[in-house]
Amino acid sequence: MNTEAEKIRRCVAAAVQKFAGEPGPLLEILHAIQDELGFVPADAVPQLADALNLSRAEVHGVISFYHHFREHAPGRYVVQLCRAEACQSMNAKALEEYVRGKLRLNFGETTPDGRITLEPVYCLGNCACAPALMVNGELHGRVTPEKFGELAKEWGVFA
Amino acid sequence: MSGAAVTVYVPGDASACSLGANATARALEAEAAKRGKAVRVVRNGSRGLYWLEPLVEVVTPAGRVAYGTVTAGEVPKLLDAGLLEGGAHALRLGDIGTHPYLASQQRLTGARLGIVDPASLEDYVANGGYAGLAAALAMKPADIVKAVTDSGLRGRGGAAFPTGIKWQTVHDQPVAQKYIACNADEGDSGTFSDRMLMEGDPFSLIEGMTIAGIAVGATQGYIYLRVEYPHAARALAKAIKAARDGGYLGADVRGSGKRFELAVRLGAGAYICGEETSMLESLEGRRGEVRVRPPLPAIKGLFGQPTVVNNVVTLCSVPVVLARGAQFYKDFGVGRSRGTIPLQLAGNIKHGGLVERAFGLTVKELIYDYGGGSASGRPVRAVQIGGPLGAYLPASEFDTPLEYEALAAKSALLGHGGVVVFDDRVDMARMARYALEFCAVESCGKCTPCRIGSTRGVELMDRIIAARAGANGHQAAHDTDMALLDELCDTMFNGSLCGLGGLTPFPVRSAVRHFREDFQRAN
Repeated sequence: MNTEAEKIRRCVAAAVQKFAGEPGPLLEILHAIQDELGFVPADAVPQLADALNLSRAEVHGVISFYHHFREHAPGRYVVQLCRAEACQSMNAKALEEYVRGKLRLNFGETTPDGRITLEPVYCLGNCACAPALMVNGELHGRVTPEKFGELAKEWGVFA
Repeated sequence: MSGAAVTVYVPGDASACSLGANATARALEAEAAKRGKAVRVVRNGSRGLYWLEPLVEVVTPAGRVAYGTVTAGEVPKLLDAGLLEGGAHALRLGDIGTHPYLASQQRLTGARLGIVDPASLEDYVANGGYAGLAAALAMKPADIVKAVTDSGLRGRGGAAFPTGIKWQTVHDQPVAQKYIACNADEGDSGTFSDRMLMEGDPFSLIEGMTIAGIAVGATQGYIYLRVEYPHAARALAKAIKAARDGGYLGADVRGSGKRFELAVRLGAGAYICGEETSMLESLEGRRGEVRVRPPLPAIKGLFGQPTVVNNVVTLCSVPVVLARGAQFYKDFGVGRSRGTIPLQLAGNIKHGGLVERAFGLTVKELIYDYGGGSASGRPVRAVQIGGPLGAYLPASEFDTPLEYEALAAKSALLGHGGVVVFDDRVDMARMARYALEFCAVESCGKCTPCRIGSTRGVELMDRIIAARAGANGHQAAHDTDMALLDELCDTMFNGSLCGLGGLTPFPVRSAVRHFREDFQRAN
């Protein structure tokens, strides 16, 4: 059997087993899958539908509703750039342009080498230290192009 | 190592960490070890003076001595200057509690922020924690509800509905299974008080929810926490475990024979899930689509059962009400806005942070007396109060007091108490466009005015902005677009199912009303 498919199957089964006893468990299960695999693969949908007695459309509908759930594997570094008002008041627009130029990415895209994914986010709660971004769950405040350049070096992005 | 370990507080607050607090903590431990000094680093919450973060406090025989801004690079020099003994240094701030920014505040809900170790139940209890629960356990449930009603506490999440009345409705339902659902989906830009409380004083939320459960007869609570708050998730997980181990949660809360269980459920990046019925759908594992009301959640809420839905700040304010009495709490504030409100000062501001005061502080006092004006040093042109659905106010309105009714009279709202400051470089037409764009991105799609209206609004704003640059046809066409924008706002305001589509007109219309020059066509 295809090992990737088997890995997904096992991951989904484990998540279902862990949360199926709880009321309304689908979001918890999706979180567990994404935490493990980095995304929720399309192959997980029929298995989840079957296990939870839902239609595939219902499961897909939930996955696609939430910005957090990804249907494709992300890069090693997921860069979430805040676009909300408090960050805008501190020049987030200029930072956004700089970041997109530097990474050569639009929102929702991953670098061809699979290293970096750029995502928009609407508020990280760091509004007194704007502009803000989050990388793999680590929050950064008062981000300037220079500071971003330092971070990008850690991810192997230069110039 | 020599001597007893010196306790050093380095905030583990997400914002402080975003400015390097983790590196500061690591440097302190490493550099102290090098010097043969024993230190105990406690990761506290933030005091809320964010321009001073990372703010380090050292416990000395003479009390806590603060230093800020302490980056990792400053640590060796600070240790050489005798930081561990509270020694003199340019960054030494002394007792931070006497800093004017803090000393003038009235911290009731956030009384322990930055002071206690958020992971320590003992510390919480030693600093007045669980006094509210003790009082509640000695009362009849109906009397707890009455105390909350009498305190005048209104929902701090934005809707400002009287908390006691909501509790009374749930209390009165003759049903075995009821729920307490805490809305911790703090998605409004410019707000972070929920985050600060969950990270810096998580037991106060647990206590507030436990009191709510006992008051209305609910045995299960859920905290619906936004996924963008991993620090808060970790702090809550630790605190819930400690509370359970300490007998404050579980089948027999403090030997009262009453059960209350608590679980954290993570959201998944949908702003709409901060709307209470959408949040309930999400908690049930579905798409976060808004429910049609009635029935109210208090009658038919989570899993179809009566449910108290309250925001974090509201629930964190409950222990104070019970511990110190309804009258004590009610004595703060003005008019029908009773108690204190943790205001959050954000955006282009010199001294951003948390300002908890009785209702009634004016915008001017907040942004100049506390905030010190803009971070850029340029004139403040606008503030947006209450998040992305809140109105923009121009400088001429800065005398408005920050309380529910005064803001409503200005077609504005207090929302969750966030105030975002913009300097004179802000383009208000672009901000109006952004409000509509945000609505389009975050709309749940259930009702047409919000789903379609927001997208049509963005298109309209693009035309208006193009006309401004002289790109578009005639003045008459521009006038039509402006009239259409107003009509669209009217439809969204009156026709949307919930506050997302219904309140998006607030930022749009206030921008047009107060900053008309930004919308005018080039001649």
